[in-house]
Amino acid sequence: MSDFTVEAIELTRLYGGRAAVSDVSFNLKKGQVLGFLGPNGAGKSTTMKMLTGNLAPSLGSVKICGVDMIENPKEAKKLIGYLPEMRPLYKEFTVDEYLTIAARLHNVPGRQIKKAVEVAKERCGLGHMSKRLIENLSNGYQQRVGIAQAIIHNPMVVILDEPTVGLDPVQIRDIRSLIKEIGKEHSVIVSTHILPEVEMVCDHVQIIDQGKMVFNGGIEVLKRQRMGNKLLVGFNKTPELADVAKIKGVSNAELTDNNMVRIRVEEGAEPQEAIVKAAVKNGWGLYQIAPDQTSLEDVFIQLTYQDGTQETAEASEESTAA
Amino acid sequence: MIVSIARKELKSMFASPMGWVILALLMFAFGTYYLNGVNNYFEVMSGAIRPAERVGVTQFVGQGVYGLASFIMLFAVPLLSMRLISEERRNQTLPFLFSAPLSIVEIVVGKFVGLVVFLSILIIYIALMLFTLNLWSDIDFGYIIANSIGLFLLLASFSALGLYFSSLTAQPVVAAIFSFISLFVLMILDRFFAGDPSSTMAQLSFMKHFQSFAGGLIDTADIVYFLLFILTFLILTIRRLDADRLRG
Repeated sequence: MSDFTVEAIELTRLYGGRAAVSDVSFNLKKGQVLGFLGPNGAGKSTTMKMLTGNLAPSLGSVKICGVDMIENPKEAKKLIGYLPEMRPLYKEFTVDEYLTIAARLHNVPGRQIKKAVEVAKERCGLGHMSKRLIENLSNGYQQRVGIAQAIIHNPMVVILDEPTVGLDPVQIRDIRSLIKEIGKEHSVIVSTHILPEVEMVCDHVQIIDQGKMVFNGGIEVLKRQRMGNKLLVGFNKTPELADVAKIKGVSNAELTDNNMVRIRVEEGAEPQEAIVKAAVKNGWGLYQIAPDQTSLEDVFIQLTYQDGTQETAEASEESTAA
Repeated sequence: MIVSIARKELKSMFASPMGWVILALLMFAFGTYYLNGVNNYFEVMSGAIRPAERVGVTQFVGQGVYGLASFIMLFAVPLLSMRLISEERRNQTLPFLFSAPLSIVEIVVGKFVGLVVFLSILIIYIALMLFTLNLWSDIDFGYIIANSIGLFLLLASFSALGLYFSSLTAQPVVAAIFSFISLFVLMILDRFFAGDPSSTMAQLSFMKHFQSFAGGLIDTADIVYFLLFILTFLILTIRRLDADRLRG
């Protein structure tokens, strides 16, 4: 048997004649955290629904730890914890009651239910909320209950659809470290819009657009692209852009909205020192030089708007920078 | 697993005031009818001169209470069954059940069992209430048991139909209205065909089949009718939920 915890094989889902997801295949190993990225309506949630058996794929199959989701759904679902986009909370129950029901439905043996509930509460920081009605909890705490529900039976695969939506920064940090912690022993699939989040918690990234997989690879590949090709430089006296572009290794320079210069670097070149020297020589008043932080978004946009013209990509870049 | 779902349903029934209020109101109504029956018994019976007009106290009181129960449940069951699936649909909690290791059959049967257990509380209560007549009279236990079985099957059929309508919509109120209308039609259907006792349409009516139980007769044909009715609507519900998964 293979050591893959999740195998998606040529998943396709048709709505009417339109393919919401087409031909998506990937594998996930134990101990990996997979980030699932894509613009709105790209098919992220549909894919997740298919992985968890909430939606039957039109074509293709899903295997969880080698168990086929279609042929043997009960066994496969035992191995999964799922937090859908809309939190499936019964608001008339207290946190304890709800988690007990979740544990019972996921076949946690009777004697261990109490312990499982305690552990899940502790991991999600819900200890002091035990007796509160879910209805009365804040948005962020409800989200935590949703996550607690997904991990209560200690599943092999945890699938979280936008887990950090609606949380405050401290909670987001907690949830990220929780995801990392779960990811050590199990496999986690996280979908999100927030790119830095992917960089922080995931070691594998997939970008999906219009139902098709456009990128599937390690986070290092994305990071390399992010580090490499752009610099953001601040000058007190803004120089002629043509002068900057003349420096060796610089392929292009442009002015940003807040009077900084964004420099596109040629592949493999390292013109930082040359830029500093030129700035000193010409008295441009250099005060900042840093890698351009928006480039992960650029990567995303380049990948998802491949078919569009270069201008749209440029325009989006500027809007993200602003 | 059916038990876990049923427990969850019962718990949520009692988590809101809805369950308690309905139970209390119904108990009050049945209690009132029971008391009236007991109070009126001697008055009516002393007026009945011919022996053929005289009935036992069990039948006299039981008729009133069970007659009221079958009628009043026509309103109560749709109110209780409406939220079973439609509210889960509206609150988007169905994925919680679908992604747990449960088959759709278990989910549907569990919800059905939960509601039937809740309604059985009433049936047991009515039976116990009538048994108290035994304190000062010799009562006909068979009559009460036959009526209880009949009422149980009737309410289970109501629940199955209510569950099906609840699975069709995301609006609990719509589900309640539709299940009430269809239950009402099924209840009074035999009245429309009263002139023709062999009519097939009349055979579909609940009342036609409940009558024999109400008279203290346990007829297997009627039991089969109710069981088939329940089975049909449970299967329809299962198919409806399965379509959710297949068609999305």
